[in-house]
Amino acid sequence: MIEIKGLTKKFGDFLVLDSLDLKIETGETKVIIGRSGCGKSVLLKHIVRLLDPDAGIVLVDGQDISKLDSKKMNQLHMKIGMVFQGGALFDSLSVWENVGFVLREYSTLKEKEIRERVKEALSLVNLYDVEDKMPSELSGGMKKRVSLARALCVRPQIILYDEPTTGIDPITADAINALIDELHDKLKVTSIVVTHDMRSAYKVADNIAMLYQGKIIAEGTPDEIRYTHDPVVHQFITGAAHGPITNQDQGKE
Amino acid sequence: MIKYLSRMGRQTLTLFTYLGGLSTLGLETIFCIFIPPIKKERIFEQAKQIGLDSLFIVSLVAFFTGMILALQTAYLMKKLSSEIYIASIIALSLTRELGPVLTALIVAGRSGAAITAEIGTMTVTEQVDALKTLATNPVKYLVVPRFIALTLMLPILTIYADLIGIYGGYIIGVNRLSISPSMYLATTFDTLVNKDIITGLIKAVFFGMIISLVACYEGLNVEGGAEGVGKSTTKSVVTTFIFIIVADCFFTALFYFFF
Repeated sequence: MIEIKGLTKKFGDFLVLDSLDLKIETGETKVIIGRSGCGKSVLLKHIVRLLDPDAGIVLVDGQDISKLDSKKMNQLHMKIGMVFQGGALFDSLSVWENVGFVLREYSTLKEKEIRERVKEALSLVNLYDVEDKMPSELSGGMKKRVSLARALCVRPQIILYDEPTTGIDPITADAINALIDELHDKLKVTSIVVTHDMRSAYKVADNIAMLYQGKIIAEGTPDEIRYTHDPVVHQFITGAAHGPITNQDQGKE
Repeated sequence: MIKYLSRMGRQTLTLFTYLGGLSTLGLETIFCIFIPPIKKERIFEQAKQIGLDSLFIVSLVAFFTGMILALQTAYLMKKLSSEIYIASIIALSLTRELGPVLTALIVAGRSGAAITAEIGTMTVTEQVDALKTLATNPVKYLVVPRFIALTLMLPILTIYADLIGIYGGYIIGVNRLSISPSMYLATTFDTLVNKDIITGLIKAVFFGMIISLVACYEGLNVEGGAEGVGKSTTKSVVTTFIFIIVADCFFTALFYFFF
């Protein structure tokens, strides 16, 4: 289980996360929705300690991650896979070297065995015969799937997805949504998906939380969110140009 | 006046913050060197890139520097009728000063800039973050191989530059200044003592450390996108040049007064 308590983060004078509380149950797929730049990715980066909070704590399986030394943090990283927005594949390494990165660095497995594991991880994301390609030879959707395969190769218990369907065509986006769902069912992993794509959110979520002005303002099942009466959430999920969110923005200007 | 002082204060603070960051990276790098495993192939790959890729430009610059040095020295030595000392002056200038400094500046401009651009691009495309989530310390994975490779390759390139520079001087000395080949070589190697070569190589080792640390530090601290990478690459080269010249002055004084 992941618990976030009173998480606060400021960049300069800009308060991105404001005493945010959130709980993600084991085996659950939690989708965090919100406008671009509202702090969704910042929240995700705190869960893997790529960022340190100004205040508040993140507990993963009851452990306060800010108190872990580098060895224990590495052990925790082995339990968490992260799929970055742009894939974040290592340019200088081929697909198989990317996917088998952790095994090549830290395991005693032979190259043949690592290649087998890589093939297995790639088949989970429906990619075949791409092992020897370089990241520059892949499409955006393929990069995201290779990034997911890289995360899966360490057999994680938690997978974090940062905008998995942003920047790819609707058909590929739907295939990725189906993949997230399938992996969740097959591997029983806890998943946190950060997105502003509502189609994706409804499809993969067990639970949806909306981040607005640094706080979680609404939480519920996809149906509860879909039929919400909260005007802010309603404006966001319907994508209306006018409403409390845009009124607030205009007020600031 | 207050405005001027506050600006001075801010700049001093920036300088010390920078030096602090660089020192922290240096200490972390040295610490990481002693934590196994060290992947030798990654060091060899970096050494190959840094060494082989710089070989042509180092040869060119060292060869012409040797020739220029011979011609400029000849101008004065002819007046003093002491042309035979040209070989000694060239050998000493190159091994003690020009060999290490010119090589360091070339490598900083070539490999240092490439390192900052590569690591900077990795930073802005979240590849450095990805390394961390894959339980990999970016300093160990990215900085250590480059630090070791540059620290080893710079003295090797310096020895090579010294030899090529001396050969450049020899060409002018023998063909244009009518010094006999055997006399030129004898004067060169009689003048040089181990101390001259070693002090030059000590400088080269430290220049290698400076180039690698500044280049990696700038790369890891890039902010923004492509524009940020460009700015950091320029800053990396300029900063390295300044640090090399300051360090050179420091070591020259140290060797002059204490060795």
